[in-house]
Amino acid sequence: MERLRFATVGSVDDGKSTLIGRLLYDSKSIFEDQLEHIEAVSKRRGDDYVDLSLLTDGLRAEREQGITIDVAYRYFATPKRSFIIADCPGHIQYTRNMITGASNVDLAIVLIDARTGVIEQTRRHSLLVSLLGVPHLVICVNKMDLVDYDQEVFNRIREEFEQFASRLDLQDVTFLPISALAGDNCVTRSTKMDWYEGPTLLHHLENVYTASDDNRIDTRFPVQFVIRPQRADFPDYRGYAGRVAGGVLRVGDEVMVLPSGLTSTITGIDSPTGPLVEATPGQAVTVLLADDLSITRGDMICRPNNRPRASQELEAMLCWMDDTAPLQPGKIYSIKHTTKVARTKITEVLYRLNISTLSRETGVSQLAMNEIGRVTLHTTAPLMFDDYHQNRTTGCFIIVDEATGQTAGAGMLLSPRT
Amino acid sequence: MKTSLDGLIDESVTIIREVAAEFERPVLLFSGGKDSVVMLHLAVRAFAPARIPFPVMHIDTGHNFPEVIEFRDRCVSEMGVQLIVGSVQASIDSGKVADVTGPRASRNPLQTVTLLDSIAEHRFDAVFGGARRDEERARAKERVYSHRDSFGQWDPKNQRPELWGIYNGRHRQGEHFRIFPLSNWTELDIWTFIGEYNIDLPSIYYAHTRPIFKRDNMLMAVTDFLPPDEGSVVEQMQVRFRTVGDATCTAAVLSSASTVEDIIAETAVARVTERGATRADDRMSEAGMEDRKRTGYF
Repeated sequence: MERLRFATVGSVDDGKSTLIGRLLYDSKSIFEDQLEHIEAVSKRRGDDYVDLSLLTDGLRAEREQGITIDVAYRYFATPKRSFIIADCPGHIQYTRNMITGASNVDLAIVLIDARTGVIEQTRRHSLLVSLLGVPHLVICVNKMDLVDYDQEVFNRIREEFEQFASRLDLQDVTFLPISALAGDNCVTRSTKMDWYEGPTLLHHLENVYTASDDNRIDTRFPVQFVIRPQRADFPDYRGYAGRVAGGVLRVGDEVMVLPSGLTSTITGIDSPTGPLVEATPGQAVTVLLADDLSITRGDMICRPNNRPRASQELEAMLCWMDDTAPLQPGKIYSIKHTTKVARTKITEVLYRLNISTLSRETGVSQLAMNEIGRVTLHTTAPLMFDDYHQNRTTGCFIIVDEATGQTAGAGMLLSPRT
Repeated sequence: MKTSLDGLIDESVTIIREVAAEFERPVLLFSGGKDSVVMLHLAVRAFAPARIPFPVMHIDTGHNFPEVIEFRDRCVSEMGVQLIVGSVQASIDSGKVADVTGPRASRNPLQTVTLLDSIAEHRFDAVFGGARRDEERARAKERVYSHRDSFGQWDPKNQRPELWGIYNGRHRQGEHFRIFPLSNWTELDIWTFIGEYNIDLPSIYYAHTRPIFKRDNMLMAVTDFLPPDEGSVVEQMQVRFRTVGDATCTAAVLSSASTVEDIIAETAVARVTERGATRADDRMSEAGMEDRKRTGYF
């Protein structure tokens, strides 16, 4: 059975929590004690209806303010697939938490209120989904019951969105007219929208094709840990443990180790569940080589004729996440990229992206919390990387403030502009 | 063999290796409960054929089910890992905490002091815990690498962003991280793993008959540490435990499931969460877990 990770992005007003509640409730994934608990809390607060957002808004501050602040993870399964939901906040001041939740999902759901259509928030969320390279986007036009299930409304919103989205890098967009509150097209087909012939949301989630999302062409294996047993029964074992970031590793393959450039042949692949003949993206394995090379954590195993870029001069889209200090060009930060840690200076902010209008604002020297900009960086050691759009794992990095330890920025590496 | 757990095992093993590579003194919390057993098995597989490069630690309230302690000791000796025991009784004897008294006394909350003292004593900088996000609503919000300040406190409103699979373990002297490699596992995933890999567990996870009394609609086992409440009726019942913790606050559920397959079938149709069914400590208040976690609880 496959597992699908998806993010829901939005605020309570969009009906996001109701939608999650609907998926969980209709797939029988809400437990009685959870339902009793939120019923009791809703009643005590004098709510008119059971507030399903209490299921996911687990922190005291969130319950008090009635908003989602941080990502919550929820789990449910149908006979076809298991699902991990990253329930993300929608407010602009929690952009960093939204990015946290959406960074490693297969699919994102963005909700649009049928009464308001595409608004600033929709554009912002879609832009972030596009920047993060989420392979599949679902636009749920919600609250269709409040616009008389009108096809015209749905079509107009769809056109509006497509016009805006043509400027984004979205690979697969699906539009769904739903009512989370009434249950239309969430788990069961709506009887009130005969004009809609597509799948229900759950059917789409169960069937969306994700097997081709991984990069299976460019072999990338960042070495995480060297396994050398200090035991008499394994005197010569030396394995390189890590998680396959791209391509396929096979026993017998000739490989190159970077940065040394030395080559060898794979003689074996061990995994937590036993030996393998090949390893594919996402698998945590231990690679054994024919030759005794000097390989350490932070090195990259690839194929001799297909290497990542290696450079100390980098260009990236950077989202700033530190609420205590803005990004300061020239300041030294720590950078973590795959399994490698180095130090870096941001040399220049090329422009700041206005995440509501998509316009590029130049003449900016800093990035404040939640701001996104295109920057150049200089690192103390070469990073072995790919363009983020070619490979999310070898194309992403985080910036850490050395004094506070905070994760201050998240970046996506790009091919330098020529 | 490809199974539904593949992605989860890969993720957990990657987290465990990353911690071993980046931290100086990790430790794995091991109670003998099913989640910590699965975590220990994953750690063994992460470093095989080398041994696990860190010890395991049990925070012992002294109020245990004997079957669990026997299992704990057998497990660590078979796996060849070093066991450290942090004793709540020792914390009481040294005057750090006062023992609890009264009809509903449980040493469960006292564990926090012993846990933090043990972490400080051994200068651990990374502490693996078996908590899962599907267990409880505050846990659903917690990062895989969860920062603790020098008081062991969790600040839920100021958690570090955690993106892609890149973890940031940078910390100052005296601070530490709680690491949750099983964050994305569900109760059903845990049992599926136990079944597929033939993992041994304490016997009380399977149906057995024992003296039980009812308290707040929960089925409490009569033990040396938990005499029946005054006026309650003690009955022989066929039960099993869905979670195993301190004997004074862990309840049983009625069950005839005597094999992993039975339990998987039972879990798949369960209508109550495991903590909801069995944990008196979570029933204290709406944000009981969040409040305890803030001060350093597991």
